[in-house]
Parts: sequence; C-alpha cells; structure tokens
Amino acid sequence: MQRLDSQEKHRVTVTLNGREVEGSARPNMLLSDFLRAELGATGTHVGCEHGVCGACTVRVDGRAVRACLYLAVQAGGRRIDTIEGLSETDGSFGILQQAFHESFALQCGFCTPGFLTTLDHYLEVNPDPTEAELRDALSGNMCRCTGYSEIITAAMLAAKRLRDRSQSNPQKK
Amino acid sequence: MKPPSFDLVIAETARDVTACLKEHGTDAKIIAGGQSLMAMLNMRLVKPKVLIDISRVADLDYIRRDGDFVEIGATVIQAQLEDWPELHSALPIVAKAMPHIGHFQTRNRGTVCGSICHADPSSELPLLLATLGGEVVLTGQRGKRVLKADEFQTGMLSTACGEGEFVTAVRFPAAKAGQGFAFDEVARRHGDFAVVSLAAVATGQDVRLGVGGVADRPTVLELNSEQGSDLDDKLNAFAWALGASDDIHASARYRRELVRRLGKKLVNEARDAAS
Repeated sequence: MQRLDSQEKHRVTVTLNGREVEGSARPNMLLSDFLRAELGATGTHVGCEHGVCGACTVRVDGRAVRACLYLAVQAGGRRIDTIEGLSETDGSFGILQQAFHESFALQCGFCTPGFLTTLDHYLEVNPDPTEAELRDALSGNMCRCTGYSEIITAAMLAAKRLRDRSQSNPQKK
Repeated sequence: MKPPSFDLVIAETARDVTACLKEHGTDAKIIAGGQSLMAMLNMRLVKPKVLIDISRVADLDYIRRDGDFVEIGATVIQAQLEDWPELHSALPIVAKAMPHIGHFQTRNRGTVCGSICHADPSSELPLLLATLGGEVVLTGQRGKRVLKADEFQTGMLSTACGEGEFVTAVRFPAAKAGQGFAFDEVARRHGDFAVVSLAAVATGQDVRLGVGGVADRPTVLELNSEQGSDLDDKLNAFAWALGASDDIHASARYRRELVRRLGKKLVNEARDAAS
C-alpha cells in the first residue's frame, strides 16, 4: 500500500507514444494537465473538465479514456497514447488525420484530438462500423463547429482505408 | 476546474482498503474508475482528505458465474463486462442496456460496482440491478454482508454502505430459461443521463418493470397477468406514484407519459420474448 502526500510532488513515469518519459505530480493533478504541463504533449485538449466534451480523450493501456477524469499518479507505469502518436514516423498524416483533413471534418480543430483518439481505439474494436454505430461511438465527443456530418464521413473513410491496409499488409495494425 | 488537494492511497488488497477506512472514517472516499467521482471532485462538490484508489486491487478483478448469479468484482470496468463472452446468454438485459451506459470512453474506465455505489437515480446499472433483484456485497472490518439491491440504494446518491465498509462485488441474477427481457430509455444525447429509463423482466405473464430517472432511486412495479386497460391503469398509477418533477430537461407530465407509453411497450416486449 502506497500513500502519496497531498502537498508533495510524486514522480510519475509513463510510456508516452512509445517513449518512456517522467514528470512529477501532486495527487490531485489531472492526467490532462500532466500531459500538457509536465510532458509538453499539448495536443491533448482540455474542454469541460468534467467528462462531458471528450476533447481530452487519450488512450491508456490501449483504451480510450477521458484524461480529465484520470489522476496523473494513477497513470504511473501505464502506456499512454495521445494525438501526437497518430502521425506516421516521418511526421506525415496518419490515416485518421488524412481522412479528417480530406473530408473537412474540422473547423476550429479544438475537439479534433478527442475524436481521433476515440476513433483510433474504436476502429480497432469495430473495424467495419455502420454509420449509426459510429454516431453512438462518437456521442461522447462534442464539436461545436462542423455539425458532425463531415466527421462521420471522415470516420467512415478512415475505417475503409484501415481495413484496406490491414488486408494488404496483415502485419501492420 | 481542478480537484481539491487530498492524500492518495493506492491499495493493493481489500484489507488495505478496510484498514484505511478504519483510520480515516468519513474523511476518506473510494475511487475505482472515477467516472462520477472525478467529475464531482473537479467541480469541488466533494472534498475528501484521503482518496483510496482500489483500481489496482487484483483480487477484485473478476466476473464469475456463482450458482444463479453472475458476480462482478469492484474493479471490473464496464467495457470488460461488455466484452465478457457470456454476457448475452447470462445477462441479456445488461447486454441490451450496455450501449446506453455512458459513452465509449467512460465505459473504458468506469466500473460496474462504481456506478451502483454512486446510486444516481438515472443511471442504468442500478436500475438493472433493482429490476433483476440483484445483490450488493459489502466488505468491512468484521467481514462481509450481502444486501438486496432495494436495501442497498436508500435514495438519491445514498446507499446503506456503512462506515468502514466498501462494495467489493455486485451480484446479478443470471437469466433463466423462458424469461424475456426488454430495455429502453430516452436521453437528450445518446449515452447521457436518461430522462427516463425502463427495464422489464418477464417470467411467463409475471413482469417486473423498473423505472429509473423519475423517483430518487430505481423503482420496480410487479405485474401479474394485467392486460389492456388493467395494464394502462396500473402504469398510470405507477407513473403518478413515482413523484416526477419538472427540470431543465423535461416536464413531470412528459416523464409520466414516458412511463405509461414505454412501460406498456416494454411489458409487452418482455412478455413476447418470454416463452
């Protein structure tokens, strides 16, 4: 049993997008703030901070979760994947990003990281979703600019490209 | 908004948890997935001195058949139950309701027991537990005790969990041959808190109809062989007895109408599904 004092900073080590990194956090620091302020991963956006808008979604040990409802110290030792990890290794757009770009699936872009990280996990669970299933899966993410139609179009396009890629190259995710 | 400051205890065993509860009493709060508690902390609606994280207690991470029940340990997240291969055969009504329980991301973190402990009158899992007649297992310094769902939930966000105790598991009765199940809800956004949620379990003509989101806790109506206008009258009386009130989402009148209409639909659906 470990007890972390409220006034002290504690060392937290996580695997962020495949790289082991370290920061420090008081017990009440949110994972969203830890990622942004301690680790400099500012792609994770902070919206409502009570679990409604979905902008802060990241993957912890593979599962898409809300970083504003997660304490940084609880994430110690876990694997965290953020929007920064979605591009290709040469820095070009990954499949999800490219589909959003082509389909005009964003306007101000604030909510976009949350949509992409949610889809990154959801399309692994359900690689061939119907439009209705995608609407359900994305119901936990809010976008106040585009009105969702383009986002669903982009998600359908990304799902198709991911399926095509896994058929042509079964080794790759 | 940010949480207030607190000490965090990362428990490894159930004994750690009860020892810590004994030491701190009501100054301590338990967190597992935190999908309700973290929001309340962020809004500073609760200010515990100590937060006890039970999410790493390995002994509580199980889903198992135990006689007529499916027992689910306190650290099992909702997505784990959703992926459980026996869910559709053992708990078909839970499988039906699953997509309505929060969102994809919150089911990936929120626990089954946590939702039941939180005892929000509009959440689906407490409604399902009440409608099925399930049980809650509490563990304290002096050992375990088991409460029926309706004994456990005592009101809005309040339960019979005593000082020094915490919920270690919940037990859902498994589906029996010939039973029929139905679930439906109305929410402003898919996955949000329900304006009204209903669940029905039929064993032959006998139906248990549960309603969430109207009274201060899930409420169950037992029906035997009522049909037609008898059923309408019973549902109408039930709708009034729930004591609906107006709020920003819906009027009391609209809620009562949902109980009458969806109630009738679900009772019939569940009876049709029972053979």
